[in-house]
Amino acid sequence: MNTLLRAASLVAALLVPGLTPALAEPALVYSVGGKFDGSFNEAAYRGAEAFREKTGESYRDFEIARDAESLPALRNFANRGYAPIVAIGFNQASAVGAAAKAFPEARFSIVDMVVTAPNVRSVTFREQEGAYIAGLLAAMATKTGTIGFVGGMDIPLIRRFLCGYRQGAASVSEDVRVLFNMAGDTPAAFADPARGAELARSQIARGADVIIQAAGGTGIGVLQAVADAGKLGIGTDSNQNGLHPGKVLTSIRKRVDAAVLDNFLDELSGEWTPGVHVLGLKEGGMDWVIDANNRELITADMEAAARRAEEDIAAGRAVVRDIAQDGTCPL
Amino acid sequence: MRAGQLPRWADYGLMPAINVVAAFLVSGLVVLLIGENPVEAVRILVWGALGWNEGIGFTLFYATNFIFTGLAVAVAFHAGLFNIGGEGQAYLGGLGVALACLALDRFVPWWVTLPVAVAGAAAAGALWALVPAYLQAKRGSHVVITTIMFNFIAASLMVYLLVNVMAKTGSMQPETRTFEAGGRLPLLQTILPGVDFGSAPVNLSFVLALLSCLLVWVLIWRTRLGYEIRTFGASPGAAVYAGISPVRITIVTMLISGGLAGMMAINEIMGSQHRLLIEFVSGYGFVGIAVALMGRAHPVGIILAAILFGILYQGGAELAFEMPAITRDMIVVIQGLVILFAGALEHMFRPLLLRLFGILAAPASKPA
Repeated sequence: MNTLLRAASLVAALLVPGLTPALAEPALVYSVGGKFDGSFNEAAYRGAEAFREKTGESYRDFEIARDAESLPALRNFANRGYAPIVAIGFNQASAVGAAAKAFPEARFSIVDMVVTAPNVRSVTFREQEGAYIAGLLAAMATKTGTIGFVGGMDIPLIRRFLCGYRQGAASVSEDVRVLFNMAGDTPAAFADPARGAELARSQIARGADVIIQAAGGTGIGVLQAVADAGKLGIGTDSNQNGLHPGKVLTSIRKRVDAAVLDNFLDELSGEWTPGVHVLGLKEGGMDWVIDANNRELITADMEAAARRAEEDIAAGRAVVRDIAQDGTCPL
Repeated sequence: MRAGQLPRWADYGLMPAINVVAAFLVSGLVVLLIGENPVEAVRILVWGALGWNEGIGFTLFYATNFIFTGLAVAVAFHAGLFNIGGEGQAYLGGLGVALACLALDRFVPWWVTLPVAVAGAAAAGALWALVPAYLQAKRGSHVVITTIMFNFIAASLMVYLLVNVMAKTGSMQPETRTFEAGGRLPLLQTILPGVDFGSAPVNLSFVLALLSCLLVWVLIWRTRLGYEIRTFGASPGAAVYAGISPVRITIVTMLISGGLAGMMAINEIMGSQHRLLIEFVSGYGFVGIAVALMGRAHPVGIILAAILFGILYQGGAELAFEMPAITRDMIVVIQGLVILFAGALEHMFRPLLLRLFGILAAPASKPA
């Protein structure tokens, strides 16, 4: 059996021309969902492209179709000397752990999950803080006293976002009603704009006049339906204010792009270190956007309140509860 | 050989081979269109899947999944039932495996856990097929519709369980704790001395899959139940006339089918992931339909078709890695073409082959 395998690999080695030699080039492995998913992976891609523009250096990236492909991809990159190898998404955590063990000399990074190993940098975000600001702004902007939330797949990550949003709304007034729906139970729930629009319309029919989307591609439909009805939407992950100018209250950004860019730049300058980086409002890992498209929608009061909340959270005076730690949402 | 019929070897060997070659030729055109060298692409694909130890390991690992889901679809085929619920049945099978492993892994070695896990996987998968089977048998609700619907119910149920009930507290990941050694199947390379599959997760389940093929063959062609299943599939009217209960056959066949689909989880959950996690089935159930079609619902054909799809999965990933211009969507196109030619256009080349064989056979039969 073994000789057979060896013979087969020998034949194959003759067939395939020499693989590219080791390059000290950074590499990026996207999460399932693809490079151009309009949110999470695309933010990572933008970070890598920013690196290319800034430094003129190149990088390699790879899309996986299922989690099982992650480990072979990480190993392939590590084998060829790419560094650092940045894996996007919580679902690659076990693969990064295994690859880090198999290649102690290589340097890995993972975004959205913590992997404890001497050669891994983990970057996670306190999404609940961004969601808190969104909830606060939504509660101040609503005229009906009812705001909405449309999530993607019903997983803890999205529930944490929802919980932050509800806490933010409650900080303005206990009387604000928060409607919430999840789009589904499969990853397709992140790529179903028609369903997003349907859920948004039903929430509008129940009185919501500000609706946040936390649903990836599904959220595009949410923002569309909200804009069509003349209500306000809130974007997430990237700046979506420009999708429907004047109809998107703000966008809560998760700076995956910055996380990728920092990783690549640190390697270039020789300052790459392993460890856990938790990014929230304070570190600039989460932020919200005011630009020409929503300037008119954000009143001075709202801006002041949001900035105050930001400072309070950064200084530790206000604590946004995290369901990952507490188990359940206090509201 | 009757007129209008191909010799068996041509029917089972030549036809699928022609279909696969046709699919690859069309895929080659697509590769050419995006400006890459198709010969090079095929070379990388084949090398990635079969050219090195780890590649072979991954190919066999994927093939194991496809054998189980392919067998599931095939058994139902024989009774004239179209089980599209392999996806959901395998998902539930994962629950059965995980419950067995979580309960036992800390106390007993893996070979004690395995039979319990197999029973759990088969029972959970079969249970998920029971309701559609009952509705089909008693109410005439078409099994195609109900099994598809049950895939979604399975997804919702599993998300509920993994997010609210079974997840580790404080974890953002919808998954159970990782099994200890008692819940992990040994890798094939640790059982077979001298074999090295690198980091590929191919494990004892592959043997289990081959064993299942044998059992399915015995069941369908060597037992009374199998005869009844085939009779019912060929002609339900004749089956009833012969005293075969359609209700019983429909339900029993669907239970076996669901059980086989559920056993796919042994490979993924106990063999590779060592924890129950969301979306671990990721389409294997649906590919099982193509595998069963291509393998002509025969265990040997299914093994070959499963290995072909294993090659496409593993080689495809390598191809996407080596040729960045070929994205993973392109790989899906190639897989789709294979399914199209081997499944939907299965009989496209048949008239041509028939005429060819007719011409070849004619001189031989004339002298009489």
